[in-house]
Amino acid sequence: MTFVLIGVNHKSAPVEVRERLAIPESRLADATARLMEFPGVVEGMILSTCNRVELIVNVSRADLDLRGFLREYFEADTDLLAGHLYEYREREAMRHIFRVAASLDSMIVGEPQVLGQVKAAYAVACGVGALHSQLHALVSRAFAVAKRVRTETAIGSSAVSVASAAVDLATQIFGSLSGKHVYLVGAGKMSELAARHLMAGGAEAIFVANRTHARALTLAEKFQGTAIRFEELYDTADRADIVITSTGSPRAIFRREHGERFLHRRKNRPMFFIDIAVPRDVDPEMNKLDGIFVYDIDDLQAVVSANVASREREAARADEIVEVELQRFVARLQTQEAAPTIVSLQEHLENIRQAELDRMRGRLGKLTAEQESAVEALTRGIINKVLHTPITAIKNAAGDPESNTVIDHVRRIFNLNPKNLNPKNQDPKNSSPKSLDSTSPNARPISADRLRNQKQEEPLREQEKKATPS
Amino acid sequence: MQWRHIIKYLLLLMPLLWLRVALIFYALGLVYALLALARKAESLARITVPALWLGLTFHFVSLAELTLEQGHLTPSTHNHAESLLAFLVAAFFLAFWLKYRTVSPGIFVFPLVFLLTLLAAIGEQPQEFTSPLLRRGWIFVHVTLIFLGYAALFLSFVASMLYLWQERRLKSKNMGKWLRLPPLQVIDEIGYRALLLGFPFMTLGLIAGSIVAQEQFGAAFFHDPKIVLSIMVWIIYMVLLFTRWSAGWRGRKAAFLSTFAFIAAVGTWAANYLSGTHRFLGP
Repeated sequence: MTFVLIGVNHKSAPVEVRERLAIPESRLADATARLMEFPGVVEGMILSTCNRVELIVNVSRADLDLRGFLREYFEADTDLLAGHLYEYREREAMRHIFRVAASLDSMIVGEPQVLGQVKAAYAVACGVGALHSQLHALVSRAFAVAKRVRTETAIGSSAVSVASAAVDLATQIFGSLSGKHVYLVGAGKMSELAARHLMAGGAEAIFVANRTHARALTLAEKFQGTAIRFEELYDTADRADIVITSTGSPRAIFRREHGERFLHRRKNRPMFFIDIAVPRDVDPEMNKLDGIFVYDIDDLQAVVSANVASREREAARADEIVEVELQRFVARLQTQEAAPTIVSLQEHLENIRQAELDRMRGRLGKLTAEQESAVEALTRGIINKVLHTPITAIKNAAGDPESNTVIDHVRRIFNLNPKNLNPKNQDPKNSSPKSLDSTSPNARPISADRLRNQKQEEPLREQEKKATPS
Repeated sequence: MQWRHIIKYLLLLMPLLWLRVALIFYALGLVYALLALARKAESLARITVPALWLGLTFHFVSLAELTLEQGHLTPSTHNHAESLLAFLVAAFFLAFWLKYRTVSPGIFVFPLVFLLTLLAAIGEQPQEFTSPLLRRGWIFVHVTLIFLGYAALFLSFVASMLYLWQERRLKSKNMGKWLRLPPLQVIDEIGYRALLLGFPFMTLGLIAGSIVAQEQFGAAFFHDPKIVLSIMVWIIYMVLLFTRWSAGWRGRKAAFLSTFAFIAAVGTWAANYLSGTHRFLGP
């Protein structure tokens, strides 16, 4: 068994490369089926989102080069991909899929969509029968890890855009936004976005005032709100719970005395001013009034960057969880491998013992029951003593990342047929018995090609910089 | 027979036992409150409500057994009175949880409930109120209603504290990594509802009290310091509600006023020790 993951993501490749490799949902099943036909692939899954295209495959030959599949399927120029592809094997591949599912590898760390996308890819792969026990176990584990990360860390709980920070603050003031009125003073992309977010959060009526009334009318129509003449601004603003300002006015539109008047008319019900304009439309003095809360663009940015920083702290905790889970998963896989090795080692020596006994029986002649049992005890004793050290070594190695090496050594030394060890891991398409050497990771030929690939892993960022068209 | 005495003795101890079990659950709540201040409360929030339910259940059993034992409803010791007040405060907190689903008031409610229950549960050899007054129905009505009023006032005070806290966070624009408090308007509403709920209790409680006192002491009862304070608290209570209705006083002003009302109420409670009419030590 060897997990191999190959792909590109937003960090390794510019969008021109990613879109070249992207596989639309409608063709994903077909692509997965094609991947399964590629020689050496035992299990496979393809994840294709706007930020990444990744193949995760369980291969029967450790030296299998999945670039071949990419070349074949996309008819892509390998040179185009060369600097952008990353390839992870075994433990690194498992870690990567855990991190992707837990949204630690996302452009916005902690965003929730990616888990759904991995689940969709998993469903497609299941649909075409591309998943058997091992990759299936790996991907379901990745879901569990993602869930654990989400419940045990606060990675996805804070707002990381100005608009969502505004909504979050409004919720902390008003609780439910339903029935709340929003007033847009001045038109602008950012204020429109904030208004849209607030509406999505449940806010109801929208008023729009703009120096150019026509502009207010179009915007009001867009939101099915009410356009109000700019002269009537001060008489109507108290109707709003949330005021978003973004005019080009050189001096503040709302000052302390306005705030006092609004509060009086509102019977002190709170108001939330979101001031996106620079220079500011709302006098910061307003924030001192009891019941008025003013956040300007810098305040919102500060909230966002605090949240981003806290997400990063949480991501570090999430990575710890990933490491723990990875350790556990690898250990489980290894115990699964260790047990059959021990059994076949015992069987192997027992066969030798029986054969030797049969061979010697003629020379020994008739034995008494007592002698018979003495010979039995003698031969068994030798076997058990000989086996004691290697079995202990295998058992100890099961929890250790180097265990594959130990187990492989034992298999090779005793010439244990791998076919008996892990029938599941054998390539079903390749039924001819292979020598153990070809599957052993230690014995595989290290090609110049592979060496080059490994080097590519490290300076990925530098390459990315170079590759980005200036 | 010997065992009969033992059982009788044990039965006498039962209310105290249940009270101590309740105390353990309140202690869990207190741990939540303390950890909430240490910013680690997120995971503990989910044990708070079960702890509250269980604490209240055992507390109720304790109070019910005590009542059966002494044959009348009115608290007969300081311990009993403290226990009753703690129970009512916790019950109010639960009622507000059922409506608003926020455990944040627990930060203030649990310490008080725990302290009162602790006093009730460990106080040795309680001094019994021997006054025959206590055997009368009116005094029970008076005590219970006043206690309900106190509990509501305390909750309103808690809401005020939370309001000022949350308002400060929003104004200073530094939300920090504090635990998530309820939205400002929800806290405001909790405080207002608590006042609205407590006012009738307080009013009726005072009326019941004055009926008893009129009968017992005549007009002289008005000079009692506790009674003077009580009436003051009631007036503050009314002012609080009135300013809210008429002038829309809410938020910070209301929070300060309600804090003041609560402090006055605490003073009134403390005045038990100065008051002639409320010592209940018999003629």
